[in-house]
This record gives sequence, structure tokens and C-alpha cells, in this order.
Amino acid sequence: MNTSPPDRDFRIISHGMLGYGFPVESLARAVEAGIDLIAVDAGSTDPGPFYLGSGQLFGSRDMIVRDLFMLIDAQEATGAPIIIGSAGGAGTDLHVDLLLDALSEVLTERSLRKRVAVIRSEISKDTLHIALDEGRIRTFETGQDLTKADIDAACHVVAQIGPEPIMAALADKPDIVISGRAWDVANVAALPVALGYPRGLAFHMGKILECGGQAALPVEGSDLLVGILSADAFVVESPHARKICTVESISAHTLYEKTNPVRLPCPGGTVDLRAAQFEQIDPARVRVTGSAFEEAPIYTVKIEGARRVGYRHIAIGGIRDPRMISQIDAIEAAIRERLKQNLEGRVAPDAYQLTIRRYGLDGVMGALEPHRIPAHELGLLIDAVGDTPQIAETVCAMTRSLLLHWGYPGRKATAGNVAFPFSPADVPAGQVFAFNIYHLMEVSDPVATFPHEILEMPQ
Amino acid sequence: MKLGEIASVVRSKNAGPFLLTFDVLMPDAEAFERLQTGGRLTRETVADAYGVSPNEILEFAYYPFAKAVKFSLRRPVPSGSPDDTDVYGAQQHVPLMEIDVE
Repeated sequence: MNTSPPDRDFRIISHGMLGYGFPVESLARAVEAGIDLIAVDAGSTDPGPFYLGSGQLFGSRDMIVRDLFMLIDAQEATGAPIIIGSAGGAGTDLHVDLLLDALSEVLTERSLRKRVAVIRSEISKDTLHIALDEGRIRTFETGQDLTKADIDAACHVVAQIGPEPIMAALADKPDIVISGRAWDVANVAALPVALGYPRGLAFHMGKILECGGQAALPVEGSDLLVGILSADAFVVESPHARKICTVESISAHTLYEKTNPVRLPCPGGTVDLRAAQFEQIDPARVRVTGSAFEEAPIYTVKIEGARRVGYRHIAIGGIRDPRMISQIDAIEAAIRERLKQNLEGRVAPDAYQLTIRRYGLDGVMGALEPHRIPAHELGLLIDAVGDTPQIAETVCAMTRSLLLHWGYPGRKATAGNVAFPFSPADVPAGQVFAFNIYHLMEVSDPVATFPHEILEMPQ
Repeated sequence: MKLGEIASVVRSKNAGPFLLTFDVLMPDAEAFERLQTGGRLTRETVADAYGVSPNEILEFAYYPFAKAVKFSLRRPVPSGSPDDTDVYGAQQHVPLMEIDVE
């Protein structure tokens, strides 16, 4: 695969989420204009801890295969390498294997053979314990120090790798790079940085491209985005004929999903955008200059882990009676007390967590809800999480029956308090996980810590 | 006039699983300038809207390059924990929208 610099500006097409799809014409126009790199993000912590905890694929495998077919065809047309980071959603080893399996299906159907570099970024508990003992793990946004118990409780722990392991893999000239959890910018920036483009520009461009078409107008579903990199600037454009990038849309996207939009901490340093300039060069394209990179004295990667909290059982119902709605807090307190009494000797109070979500009151904002006046009907979601599926089922069923028949003061509707749309009312909802590791780990050599292997696929 | 009637974007979103970040984008430089000099969208008024203390409002700042105001808040519980209400954090913006700014 060609990974030497083109004799013109370097053109990258970015897909913000493998499996979310994109318009066929966007890819066709980008291919026609020429592509030097196809960068694809395949994961995020955004969908919550379930994928990291369980190792299950985020998104539909069918849609991931669909996107892969189109991207492989684009590679055949252009010769551009494909780099996919955060495989499968959370980037565990299980996710990498699931993505390799999907890729294998696509290559087999197209009768193609490809050289694939695979970088795994799941970290073993032994490695984590050693790093913790050596004082190489730092507190990050949780505000809490990592403990040995956190490490032992985690189902999977991954590191968000930077561009360096991908750059090392690219030196072996693969057609495709598949990596476990990766900084979303690294997929875009690794090859340009390896070719000698400045890190500041490549990283800033990666930050804008990582969400795909979201930085172009009008935003209407998932799409691709193109970045064109030169020695001292980059240009962002949409490959879609009807979409434009404006200084507003690009600078607004610079704010997205981060606490400080001009100082972005990243593996190995900080992207500094305080001197970045955005310029509208024509109605559809924005040119960016002045983005800088500041190297950190010690290289760190973010580590992410999730532990299993238990198993969930839910029931959905609605209340229409204003007499009950006006007393919902007191009724809930009374039901919780009775539930505890009924379960005594069978289920310990610390073996379950019951959340009664009240849509129409504070179901969306919970503790942050300032407007506590209930609507004329409340949607109830009984959410029982137990140490075992049986405990969750018991707590859910008992809460449901207590709510249905509770005799609150002033009740006139004595036949039942809640409208349940389904039979059965109670539904098992699987395993529940929680993020329990979100820290920084010092790494002396990111390439040696996250090595790659080369596969000839299909195997 | 409420912020939601003047701003072109008012949104909330996770910034990682432990933080919520809020963005306000103004339609033009003049509206941004009015908002900044008006003194009614501050760390204190935002804290009040969410029922938290001002020192819980993180990195509150005006960004002229994007005609934007931004701040963050620690999530009441981490994203996707058993008692979380909003895994993506995308529906926590309305109290901000309802702040009276003019």
C-alpha cells in the first residue's frame, strides 16, 4: 500500500462511526477527487459502559459490514490505506476479533487478499497492578485514585492509544490497520505525522474530522468529511454536493464534547488551538492555520475500565390519576419501605438497587431537574438492578405489584393505580456495567507497549 | 428574553463518562458581545439554574473565536451507571436555555 507523501496536498476522508452509514454519493465524490487515507472511528465511551464491560459489538454488524464493503471498494479505487480505531465500540480484544471477523467476510466476498496490521490495546490486570505499584497511574476526571480493588473488579480495561503505535504499524506497509481503543484523532493523524506533517495541524484536523460530517451543514445524519493537509494549513470540506463547511460550523465543532476547546490534552501532550485561525476560502470550504502541539514531558494514555454492577429487570407503566401523581414522592418512599420488609430474610437491601424513573416529572434530568411540577400523566419505569438476574426479577415484580395496588391517602380508583401496556409487564434487560476506571497511565514507550501484528486476510 | 430565544445553539453532551459539557453559540458577533457585557450569563447564574454551587461549574468561559460560551459540570452519576438518567448527556440543556439574559 502506498504510504509515501503525494506530490499534492494530502487528502483524507473520515468516517465518524463505522456502522452509522453515509451517503453513497459522498464517498463517490471523494474517490473521484482522490484520497490518500481513509480514517474510520469505530467506537466511543458515549454509548455507556455496557460495550466495554461485555465486549459486545456496538451497533449493527450488518451495517458495519455495509460500511466496510464501501470503504474496501474505495480502497480498491484509490489505493488509500484504511485505518480503523476503537474497533467494535470499546476496543477490547473481543471487539478487535469481532471486527476482524466482519472484515474477513467482506474480503472473502470480494475475493480480495489484504495485509492487515492489528494493534491490541486491552491491558492485562498484571500490567495495571504493576503500573499502580510503580506510581504510574494518575487520577483524571473521576477525581478518585485508582485502587487495586478497582482493577480486580474490572471486566475489561483498555488504553486509548495515540498515533505512535499506528505509525509503527504503517511502517510495515499494511493495506488496513485495525486497532483497539484509540484516540479518535490518531486514526486521521498517524499517517500524516509519519509522513512529516506537523502534529499541531494533523491533530487539529483529526479533531474536526473525527465526527465525520457533523461539522458540515446541513447536519442530516451520518456523513463523511474531507480534510486536505499541507505543510502550514489544512482545509476542511464536505464531499457531499449539497453540504458546506463554514467558519461557524467548524469552530462550533471545535467545542464539541470537550471541556476546554483551545487546550486539548491528548496522548503525549496537548493540542493548543489558542492561535488557530479559521478562514472561509470559498462558500463551502474552511482553511485552518496556527494549530500547535505541545509535547508533555511524560507520555500518558487514558485507560478505561468497566465492572459488572449486576443484572437489570424493568417494567413500564403510566399513571393518569392526579390524586396519585400529586403524592408520588410519598408513595415511592412508602413502597420502598414495604419492599424492604417483604424481602427481609430473602434479599439483602444491598443486593439490589431500585430506581423508579418518573417521566413527566424528573425522568430525564433526575437530581439536576429544577422544574418539579408533574405533567398530567407520568410515565413510570421500574428499574431494578440486582446482584443476580433472580434478585432483579423479584425486586421488579414486587415493586410493580406494590405500585399497582398501593392504598394511598384519598384514593378513589381502588381497582389499580398503574396502566401497564404489556403482558408480561416485567422484562429482563441483561447485564449492567459501570465505568470504574478512567485514569491516566504513564507509558515510557507507547510503541513497545502496544505492538502490532501483521495478518494476511482472509486467513 | 431567554437565552434559548437568542442563541443559535444551546446544547449539553458528555465530555467523557464523568463530565457534562454545555455549549452556547450566538448567531453573530454583536449578540455575543451583548451576552458577554450583559453580565447575566455567568458562572453564578448557571450554577443557580442547575441548583449547584458556583465552584461546581467547571471551566466557565466566553470564546470569541466561536462566538460561544462553554462550561462543564461533574455528572451526578457516571454515564450509564444504574441510576443515570441520560447516557449521552444530550438532554440536560433546558435550564440553561431558560436563563433570562436580556
